[in-house]
Amino acid sequence: MSAVRDEAVHEICARFGNDATRLLDVVRAINQRLDCIDGEAMEAIAEALHLTRADVEGVVSFYSFLSTRPHGNIVIRLCDDVIDKMKGADEIASEFEHALGIRVGETTPDGRISLTTTSCIGMSDQAPAALVNDVVLPRLSLSEVRRVVRLLQAHPDGTDLRSLLVDSYGGGNNAHDLVRSAVDNSIRQAGPVLFGHMERGAALRKALALSPVEVIRVVKASRLRGRGGGGFPTGVKWEHTRGGQDERYVVCNADEGEPGTFKDRVLLTERADLVFEGMTIAGYAIGAGHGVLYLRAEYAYLREYLEHVLRERRQAGLLGTGLGGRKAFEFDIRIQMGAGAYICGEETALIESMEGKRGQPRLKPPFPASHGYLDKPTCVNNVETYCCAARILEQGAPWFSALGSKASTGTKLLSVSGDCKRPGVYEVPFGISVRELLGLCDGTGAAAVQIGGPSGRMVPPSEFGRTICFDDLATGGAVMVFDQHRDLLEIASEFLRFFIHESCGYCTPCRVGNSLLKERLDRIRAGHGSTDDVGYLRDLSATIAATSRCGLGWTSPNPVLSTLDGFPGQYERRLRDASYSLEEDTREARLIRNGRANGRGSSEGGSAAETTGVDGSDRERREATDVSGEAKR
Amino acid sequence: MAKPKVATTSLCGCFGCHMSLLDIDERILELVDLVEFDRSPINDIKSIEHPVDIGLVEGGCANEDNVRVLQEFRRQCKVLVSVGDCATNGGLPSLRNLVPLEECLREAYLDGPTVHNDSGRIPDDEEIPLLLSRVKPCHEIVEVDYHLPGCPPSADAFWAAITALLEGHAPELPYLLCKYD
Ligand SMILES: Cc1cc2nc3c(=O)[nH]c(=O)nc-3n(C[C@H](O)[C@H](O)[C@H](O)COP(=O)(O)O)c2cc1C
Ligand code: SF4
Repeated sequence: MSAVRDEAVHEICARFGNDATRLLDVVRAINQRLDCIDGEAMEAIAEALHLTRADVEGVVSFYSFLSTRPHGNIVIRLCDDVIDKMKGADEIASEFEHALGIRVGETTPDGRISLTTTSCIGMSDQAPAALVNDVVLPRLSLSEVRRVVRLLQAHPDGTDLRSLLVDSYGGGNNAHDLVRSAVDNSIRQAGPVLFGHMERGAALRKALALSPVEVIRVVKASRLRGRGGGGFPTGVKWEHTRGGQDERYVVCNADEGEPGTFKDRVLLTERADLVFEGMTIAGYAIGAGHGVLYLRAEYAYLREYLEHVLRERRQAGLLGTGLGGRKAFEFDIRIQMGAGAYICGEETALIESMEGKRGQPRLKPPFPASHGYLDKPTCVNNVETYCCAARILEQGAPWFSALGSKASTGTKLLSVSGDCKRPGVYEVPFGISVRELLGLCDGTGAAAVQIGGPSGRMVPPSEFGRTICFDDLATGGAVMVFDQHRDLLEIASEFLRFFIHESCGYCTPCRVGNSLLKERLDRIRAGHGSTDDVGYLRDLSATIAATSRCGLGWTSPNPVLSTLDGFPGQYERRLRDASYSLEEDTREARLIRNGRANGRGSSEGGSAAETTGVDGSDRERREATDVSGEAKR
Repeated sequence: MAKPKVATTSLCGCFGCHMSLLDIDERILELVDLVEFDRSPINDIKSIEHPVDIGLVEGGCANEDNVRVLQEFRRQCKVLVSVGDCATNGGLPSLRNLVPLEECLREAYLDGPTVHNDSGRIPDDEEIPLLLSRVKPCHEIVEVDYHLPGCPPSADAFWAAITALLEGHAPELPYLLCKYD
């Protein structure tokens, strides 16, 4: 074994030029080959890359798709975000447990198959969904689970899982030879910018006919703002990144980790050319020679296809040297795979991750525009932003800025999921109201709409007239619809669970504060909260937002704050109902007294209710009438 | 006009807060001039028969007795103050919340290295109050009007809080009264 390991480490490190900044690729490859990266492998990697063991272990332990403990060659990752849970993810998980004979978090006794959960995998429109290694299994049903497990068990390790598991392909490029996935695009509304007719290379040709400064001027004139959530003016960012002799980089943020967001998935599937074209134009505008597309690990099924598009573009003279007949302009793009960490969507964490480190956000300033990837000026934009930029160069700034609203020009691609009849992606002009959107997706029974994923806002029906744009309800693309049967505080609590899991852990207010926030919220949910607790929630939220380093911490209290603002009744009802039940609080002690620990009564197997029923003494009944359910005060 | 009445009680605490209250030294004479003490471990009055103006509660709730005493206390106190970290947060006793109740009891009565228990049973006499599954701060069980932090709150903090309440306004604790190191 150790010879196999050493050889694998040696070969893989060499493949990446023994370059420490490619550590993430190295450990990904080793993890895939050896089904874990144990202590000795980490030592060997550290030696080969001239790092310390701590450097390597820091990285391996950071990313959820890497493991220091052996796991199966096949890893089933069940998506456990709110929408998937609404659509039955828990039953799917039990069915997997049952069919495999193991619990979530375990590996089958033969060591072949591991079962685990993961944060949103970008399939909320076709939930519940799971990943089997790189293969996406959308729209899972119980029978589908049984079929998948049967197939996995009947075939040896090394079988091509895509051929084995996917029996029908989704639409568009999902059926492409290099994708072959069951994922649906679910494009419900195609708009002029992202889904309008396009021709490969047309936008780039127009850009190359201008000077780089003129290209930036056009982007500025279009008033395009970043589509990844922050809304920073793209032209201004390009301008800041430009100039000087230094090497510089164009980075495309395809980490799309905000739960409920899946629009970049669709763009990468159907508009890869447009994405790469936008990146190339950015490269020309800022004077960069290299572009990197950071692709989240969950979208690995798109990688081969994307590489193929890159090859085609090279062959067509749209990437490589002497582009557009300009000797001085060369530009190429590589794909950097992530390894399962939402925080890597934050641009400085993304850069750290690309450099082979833990995805921990940097202090800003300095901003990536001056000190980014490998400390060089770097322009980071979202997938959709690059698509828009390419279309702007092709069709002109006035065409673009005529769409949308004054401060939010153009269209926005929204990922709609939850309690609506038509989940999927919608390209809509900025300025559309929540109500209009609900009309489009047939979610008219909505009792609440979460705009912008967990870090966004829960919008109550009284505010459905508000509009989606940077000045009102800003969103990176996620829209989750909830009907009146959903428990909004449970959803808020689930969102907090997500942030707790995904916090990089650097700032105490974020690492600890979010756990405290969830604990207190859960106490209120359980009916044990007092008005004090509401004040505590607000105070703690303010502290977390004010004292965290990055956007995750700044926005992580939003599930609490926006439900407190928009749905105060949800809290008050529980506070008003809040009655303390001594009966409930002493049930466990009574069970112990009545038998469990002392081997009396109906111990093993007896449910709490049974045991109380059988052994319930007079005293217990007295208590039940005396003090249980006594209201506060 | 009758003197305002003050009552105090200790639940699952260590009486440290009460000791700290006594640390107001000679000011206790001033206090006795100002108020009348009702139920309190200090005067050993064990039940509270009539409404009082201010109640101070030390300690959180670990068992059913604590809960009953607290509920009764709440009923009789116009203003209820949680005093010290056990009452306000659960404090040291709440460390047991990290361990399942049954394991706690087993460790205490059966498995602990220093346990001599010939019966081999967890005591189950009806007279022994049942433990709550979790030790809780008072405000999880009844409504609490003020929290006086500290382990224990200093004598000066007690003095500041009590005199403010007697004067009819909310206590304010300047930094020095809640600085602990
Ligand atoms: C916790 C966190 C996660 C983020 N995730 C993403 C993401 O998945 N995709 C993205 O484009 N931007 C994400 N962002 C925003 C990026 O930091 C950055 O603002 C964006 O990529 C800039 O591109 P844009 O100007 O084109 O929007 C995230 C920010 C934070 C704080
Ligand atoms: S706010 Fe949270 S995620 Fe962001 S740097 Fe701090 S600990 Fe990390």
